[in-house]
Amino acid sequence: MLFSEATMADAAHTENTTPLKLTVKDFQSDQDVRWCPGCGDYSILAQVQRVFPEFTHKKENYVAVSGIGCSSRFPYYMDIYGVHSIHGRAPAIASGIKMLNPELNVWVFTGDGDGLSIGGNHLIHMLRRNLDIKVILFNNEIYGLTKGQYSPTSVIGQITKSTPMGSIDHPFVPVLLALGAEASFVARTMDRDPKHLQEMMRRAERHKGSAFVEIYQNCNVFNDGAFFQYTEKDTRDDSVVYLEHGKPLIFGKQKEKGIRLNGFTPEIVNIKETGYSISDLVAHDETDSTLAVILANMIHNPSLPRPMGVFLGIGRPTYEESVQAQIAKAKSKKGEGGLQKLLDGDEVWIIQ
Amino acid sequence: MEKTTRTLDEVTIRFAGDSGDGMQLTGTQFTNTTAVLGNDLSTLPDFPAEIRAPAGTTYGVSGFQIHFGSTDILTPGDNCDVLVAMNPAALMTNLKTLRSSGTIIINVDAFTDKNLRMAGYTSNPLEDGHLNNYQVHKVNISKLTSNALADMNLSTRFIEKCKNFFALGLMYWLYNRPLEQSIKFIQEKFGKKDPQVAEANLRVLKAGFNYGETVEIFNTRYEVKPAKLPPGRYRNIMGNVASALGLVAASRKSGLQLFLGSYPITPASDILHELSQLKEFGVKTFQAEDEIGAICAAIGASYAGGLGVTSTSGPGLALKGEAINLAIMLELPLVVIDVQRGGPSTGLPTKTEQADLLQAVFGRNSESPLCVVSASTPADCFNTVYEACRIAVKFMTPVICLTDGYLANGAEPWQIPNANELPDIPVSFPTDPATFKPYSRNPETLARPWAIPGTVGLEHRIGGLEKEDVTGNISYDPDNHDLMVRTRAAKIERIAEDIPLQTVDGESEGDLLVIGWGSTFGSIKSAVNNTRARGMAVSFLHLRYLNPFPKNLGEILYKFKNILVPEINNGQLIRLLRAKYLVPAVGFNKIRGLPLVTEEIEEKIHAILGGNNG
Repeated sequence: MLFSEATMADAAHTENTTPLKLTVKDFQSDQDVRWCPGCGDYSILAQVQRVFPEFTHKKENYVAVSGIGCSSRFPYYMDIYGVHSIHGRAPAIASGIKMLNPELNVWVFTGDGDGLSIGGNHLIHMLRRNLDIKVILFNNEIYGLTKGQYSPTSVIGQITKSTPMGSIDHPFVPVLLALGAEASFVARTMDRDPKHLQEMMRRAERHKGSAFVEIYQNCNVFNDGAFFQYTEKDTRDDSVVYLEHGKPLIFGKQKEKGIRLNGFTPEIVNIKETGYSISDLVAHDETDSTLAVILANMIHNPSLPRPMGVFLGIGRPTYEESVQAQIAKAKSKKGEGGLQKLLDGDEVWIIQ
Repeated sequence: MEKTTRTLDEVTIRFAGDSGDGMQLTGTQFTNTTAVLGNDLSTLPDFPAEIRAPAGTTYGVSGFQIHFGSTDILTPGDNCDVLVAMNPAALMTNLKTLRSSGTIIINVDAFTDKNLRMAGYTSNPLEDGHLNNYQVHKVNISKLTSNALADMNLSTRFIEKCKNFFALGLMYWLYNRPLEQSIKFIQEKFGKKDPQVAEANLRVLKAGFNYGETVEIFNTRYEVKPAKLPPGRYRNIMGNVASALGLVAASRKSGLQLFLGSYPITPASDILHELSQLKEFGVKTFQAEDEIGAICAAIGASYAGGLGVTSTSGPGLALKGEAINLAIMLELPLVVIDVQRGGPSTGLPTKTEQADLLQAVFGRNSESPLCVVSASTPADCFNTVYEACRIAVKFMTPVICLTDGYLANGAEPWQIPNANELPDIPVSFPTDPATFKPYSRNPETLARPWAIPGTVGLEHRIGGLEKEDVTGNISYDPDNHDLMVRTRAAKIERIAEDIPLQTVDGESEGDLLVIGWGSTFGSIKSAVNNTRARGMAVSFLHLRYLNPFPKNLGEILYKFKNILVPEINNGQLIRLLRAKYLVPAVGFNKIRGLPLVTEEIEEKIHAILGGNNG
């Protein structure tokens, strides 16, 4: 069996750092939380504040960066360094922060409008460069802060304030976009599954490189119930399949169903009643980018369950490491730069 | 035949050929050699936006003008004395820049029927009397180049590419310049990589030089003695290089890591290129996905405690507006270098203009004051960029530094500063959680503290939403907003207390004050000098600081009857002056993508002063 990057990174992580005794309270700022009552953002904030103390970074080294939108208010509620910037630009600002000081632990909090529409360009380029930045994208398939227009993830036909006859835009699949941008870590989770959400935060934190986590987040004011099929008790078991590295894809109330690959096409098989067994099912491999794309595409077949978990987690040099390496190489080759020599250039003449 | 040598005070030469003919390289080589000889000089590269337009066409012509002399050289010259035309298209497009009875050196081999047709000539100008008012030297540059390389077994295409070195060699002979600089250049550039290329270019260079010596068409050589520059150490420098060095120097003197976020754009890209080669200085350059990403990364770098810089041109500055406002709201240091070019929209990407002044001062939503400075000569880009960094850090504000295409690519001798004597750029980061308030202010500068992530106990949140005074918390309070708008403005006004008082070149009162800013310095100064030489009383003032203005500017203006503001735009500085000081200034505006013509400014000065002065 393949060892996932997660397991190996985990070990390295514990060895190299000294745990600090931080608590949930250390990460709660003095600001009143101003999201609408019942918003899925509350759960995300709670889970993030719960897992952050488990990590071993110094508190002063955390930086949260956001753009504009409901999700982008997030940094105000975390008692860490934070920048609530302008619409869509958080990945670019975070990139500058991380490049300047690679010691910092930089998290971007964004939404489907901020991250995928106005800021789509910055997001994909940050992901391909693989800066060690965590991107938490709250996907509620709607514009909340501007009061209810359709977003780049809204489904076709969705009635919103700006689409009275239904949206005609083909939506983005955020994890597919991240995979297309060659992100080295891509995951999906849900606001109403706190334990899984926490686990995905832990996994993102452990990943060295750009980590993209999409969170299905309920906007109870403008798009209530968009993800209830996956989050609510009576439907979720048949509608969600959890991805776990090295394990077969099994789901259903009785764990009776599994996903098998027919060529490149995933299909549901019943492992209790038909002739199929667990060994016929596809076993998840977080290091297989082809499989990741197949799983991400399951969204296009409504009869298939929605995969949750880590689609892809692979190691690749981080951008800031490469930046530092080139500086080190230049210094070892040319020596530490001397200012006067630089000002002088190649050809100096003297006038007496 | 005996060759004679004549001494000249100054000369302007223009090299013109196909954009693939290497005219920029030829011009740069001639410039470097001339600089090392101790002449004062000023250059004007004039090239098309197309990288390789079809050979022989007029729109593919690339030019390089150098004005050098033993006197104070302030401009690249209104007109040239000598035109080197490598083909008919170069002659067609550049003849108008040659003074009457000037010299033309022509690559006669390129004057084929096809090339003449492509250039738009209906008959051959070498035969039809078209050039009767000029001294024409027809040289078989292509053929002589080919002869020089006959035994090397090279392709015709390759040989054709060497002919610019023949022209260079010939000009070196004609103006008594040594070959050493260019020999060294060729050896360093090609010697190791491709010895055959080095050998070919060296042969052609020498062939050009020897041709001048041997043949009888050139009977006179010219000598231009070294200029009487102030004593010191000198180098030749181009504006974009000077800007890059200014940034590195500011980084060293402040102890701040230099971070440049940039997106390639003509004519600013060389700043990115230069800095990307200086990694041994710890410089981090980031070619972003777009102009917005570039500035946002720079803002991130400043937030994290670096010297965040972005370089661009007018269209890029337009894209960066929203992010500049974020930096204004976050009150972080940020340097934005705008290498202006002809606009609007894509405009004239390779031509110069100074029409981004109002964009720099006002081009953002709401009340968004920031500091604007401008460079006046290629070498002055160093001082101006350095000053921009100093102000940005001291006042925790974005500073826009305006240069332009002419400054960026133009060159001049630069008296190299002593690195130890550059002004200090003190930086302090707060560390005490007990006293830290994100939007408290330094009483002198009104700057807020620069608290950087990684500092224990100073965790705080900042953002684009309006801040409460002192705490920096989000505030929608009407009076607080009014206070913060005024405070941000007052902070920028405080910069006027920190910059030198404006000086006047000439009398401090009188009939006429000429005011300039940016790259028009040389043209205006020459015009002022020339009119003074004819007995006119003209004072001159050139602004580096455009927002805020030096605090004594008003007093100066009120002492003159007439104020003339020459600009390469449709009247921008003049609007600021009229609005702020209510003075009846008049403009002189030419928007041709080229430096102002000295003679035309002189005419304007004459027109204003009429017979009443001097």
